[in-house]
Amino acid sequence: MYRYILKRLILVIPVLLGISVIVFLIMAMLPGDAAQAILGSFATPENLARVRSDLGLDEPLVTRYVIWLGNMLQGDFGRSYTLQRPVLDEVLDRLGPTLLLAGTSLVLASIMGMLAGIIAAMKQFGWQDALFTFIVLIGISTPSFWLGLMFVLLFSLNLGWFPVSGMTAVIGGGGVFDVLRHLALPAVTLAVVATGVIARLTRSTMLEVLRKDFVRSARAKGLPERTVIMKHAYKNALVNIIPVLGIQAGFVIGGAVYIETVFQWPGIGRMLVNAILTRDVLLVQGGVVVVAAIYVLINLTADVFQHFLDPRISV
Amino acid sequence: MSTSSKLRRFFYNRLATVGLIIVLLVIAVSAMAPILPLADPNATDLDLRMLPPGSEGRPLGADELGRDMLSRLIWGLRVSLAVGISATVIAAVLGSLIGIFSAFYGGVLDNTLMRGVDMLMAFPYMLLALSIVAVLGPGLFNALIAISIVNIPFFARNVRGATVGLVRLEYVDAARLSGKSDMQILFGELLPNVLPVIFITISTTVGWMILETAGLSFLGLGAQPPTADLGSMLGEGRKSILTAPHVATLPGVVILVLVIGINLLGDGLRDVLDPYLRSGALVSPRPATDVDDQLRRRLDRPQNVAAPDASTASTRPSLEVDQLQTWFWQKRGRRSSAVRAADGVSFQVERGTALGIMGESGSGKSVTALSILGLVPTPPGRIMNGSIRYYGEELIGARIERLRHYRGNRIAYIFQNPMTSLNPLISVGEQIAESVRYHQSVGRGAARARALELMHKVQIPDAEARLDSFPHELSGGMRQRIGIAVALANDPDVIIADEPTTALDVTIQAQILKLLDSLRQSEGVALVFISHDFGVISEICDRVVVMYAGQVVESGTVDEIYRRPLHPYTRRLMECVPRLGERARTLEAIPGLPPALDDLPHGCRFADRCDVVMDECRVAPVSLRAVENREARCIRVEGQDV
Repeated sequence: MYRYILKRLILVIPVLLGISVIVFLIMAMLPGDAAQAILGSFATPENLARVRSDLGLDEPLVTRYVIWLGNMLQGDFGRSYTLQRPVLDEVLDRLGPTLLLAGTSLVLASIMGMLAGIIAAMKQFGWQDALFTFIVLIGISTPSFWLGLMFVLLFSLNLGWFPVSGMTAVIGGGGVFDVLRHLALPAVTLAVVATGVIARLTRSTMLEVLRKDFVRSARAKGLPERTVIMKHAYKNALVNIIPVLGIQAGFVIGGAVYIETVFQWPGIGRMLVNAILTRDVLLVQGGVVVVAAIYVLINLTADVFQHFLDPRISV
Repeated sequence: MSTSSKLRRFFYNRLATVGLIIVLLVIAVSAMAPILPLADPNATDLDLRMLPPGSEGRPLGADELGRDMLSRLIWGLRVSLAVGISATVIAAVLGSLIGIFSAFYGGVLDNTLMRGVDMLMAFPYMLLALSIVAVLGPGLFNALIAISIVNIPFFARNVRGATVGLVRLEYVDAARLSGKSDMQILFGELLPNVLPVIFITISTTVGWMILETAGLSFLGLGAQPPTADLGSMLGEGRKSILTAPHVATLPGVVILVLVIGINLLGDGLRDVLDPYLRSGALVSPRPATDVDDQLRRRLDRPQNVAAPDASTASTRPSLEVDQLQTWFWQKRGRRSSAVRAADGVSFQVERGTALGIMGESGSGKSVTALSILGLVPTPPGRIMNGSIRYYGEELIGARIERLRHYRGNRIAYIFQNPMTSLNPLISVGEQIAESVRYHQSVGRGAARARALELMHKVQIPDAEARLDSFPHELSGGMRQRIGIAVALANDPDVIIADEPTTALDVTIQAQILKLLDSLRQSEGVALVFISHDFGVISEICDRVVVMYAGQVVESGTVDEIYRRPLHPYTRRLMECVPRLGERARTLEAIPGLPPALDDLPHGCRFADRCDVVMDECRVAPVSLRAVENREARCIRVEGQDV
């Protein structure tokens, strides 16, 4: 087990490097450069040159990458031009709320999605399955930003059950209950799409597993259907579902960009949108690198869980 | 499958038709926007600000600048649709090109491209799009590019996967030999064959791309005023959500309807194009085989329920199967037809004896065996007629609790493939112990001890160490011993072994047979042994039933059948059995094929392959005839109908 985790950790390094290369290339190769972006199209040539040398844009590409990577490894992600503070500080401040929101949503979506998928698979062709198909369709077809607005309209503005916005800090804010009140609507909204995807996958994976010989063997032993489904079929299905949960984590983090905007959530998503609108390229770059790295680690965790469940899987 | 039958399938799927109608309607309305009698979508009128829907001349009201909502929705829909479709086309073309080239040329190109694709997929999708917009700057066109780029990997992967399979096929070599250039092969031969994959990928991504581009516009990163798509309308409407909720609500509803339409259409398309879904791979069997309603009603009548009688129980056969019919119902379009897998099968087994059921694959022997405890998958299987009695108690139509009581307890199965019939994620000890625990209500420790005892009994060396092993850590022979240990867990009266040694090599096979034989003798188990191999059956069985095309064609003692087979089919089978000093004991193919079980001949089912067939054979169904203490289903056999 530990050997496996260690091996996987080593394999993560090239992925992280690859991500850094892609982020670097996107920022460096597309039309216009960071200096232009920061100063806008009316910048004087002198100012452009100054900012370029500040950012090290005069150097050859490879040198710039190595310097950039080296700085990042030392925790120097550069300074945000608009916020006038180190990029890393800002990113780390924003990370907590985003992880809380995305994590809650993913847990919600996993539980609801897997439950719905299992029930639909067991009651295939029954009304539960039809209802399931309908709900999943709505789930994966709904624009989450619109759903969030509708929730705000209904539950916050009309019914007054939840605050519209005003989430501040995860720790040291208004306490657990206050955080939960702020978290409820955005987390549920964000979970909707992922629930649909997970439910659909769970249903089809369960249907596939239920046809396997070992499920017949379990039934031939006279085990109760609950045991057949949960112990024999679901465990096998889970092996295939877990990697998708990891991928869904990425979609949930991405979806958080909308939800944070709708609910004024002080997370990385909103920070990124503002940074793009103010052309604060370094802030975008820092935020993207950190979130992408976290996403890689989430998928690593998913792999480890999968390995834990299925002794046949090796690196 | 022909194009017209694909279309038919598509329209059977009513939801897909609804999706198609929605999508066509949306396209028609957006295309006709310039000629529809609509107000100017950009004409502001401060008198009409935030007019609610239902007002005169403004059926859907007006927005915060007094612009007509209906007109803006249609024009916005036009933009959203155009952007979504363009993004899809760009992603599909570029992604498919990458995929097809990568697969065709392989090597370094393939490696480089696919590593790149993997890296892109290691990103959270949305963040990649945001990074691209960050560099290109906000704007509808830039949002379109960003969404296209992040979707390229999906196409590249799927298309590469499909093409790799094709490149290895012979027709590509043939095309190359015929002097076609690489480009001709790529676009003339390969592309048409991977088109379904491209369409399937489009069907799964297009709705998503429309949502994402709308999302970027909602965030202010896509469409910029005065251009408006549904997303940016929603984003602007958000400011007046309290005073004029319809301004933000309506664009979302339009997006929702559009994407629902696309997803319904996409699901229908996949049903038609995806061979995996088409194969019915996604139908799961119920806990027990269905019993035909009429049969169930007949069996429910009290006079037919033979109560298990203690006084006669010991003299009754352990298991009696009488006129069993288990059919598979298959749907072709709207019609369903029956495959008569088991079609009137009868036999019985007594305590301490072994009955062999012999036949080619597809003769109905496994279906017969699985019917006994309702383990034939439903759908498509259904028991249509007959009776199955365990010491006189009717099992067909029995409540599921009753079946479960017998399953693995009084009647146990040993399955053919020990590789697939053990759960790969549960230790073998637990797979034995759970059966003990459930039927004997003993604790975990006791069940585990019993599992160990059983593993010793089936002669697993070093059983203590193997208790916690997983199936993949054991050899095939060991796995089958575990399968036997599971069957023995609760000292059953009847063991049904379905080709238990077919997957094993000859030495292991002999050991397993010896083990089963000793169990029959020492524990008085009634054994039903299914095999296509007379050699194996003759080693262990007393009587044998020969099956062909769902029916019993002959039965008798192993000796009699070996010496003097009555039915021509049995005779052919026996010719394949080696005599003393000869090799090759496998069943050699008999010329011809068994009849299709959903289109059976009226007369003798073996007639087409029989070497002594007569005209009379084809006239009427042939019944089983009793000759002395054996039976055969052949009109050449002199005997009494049974």
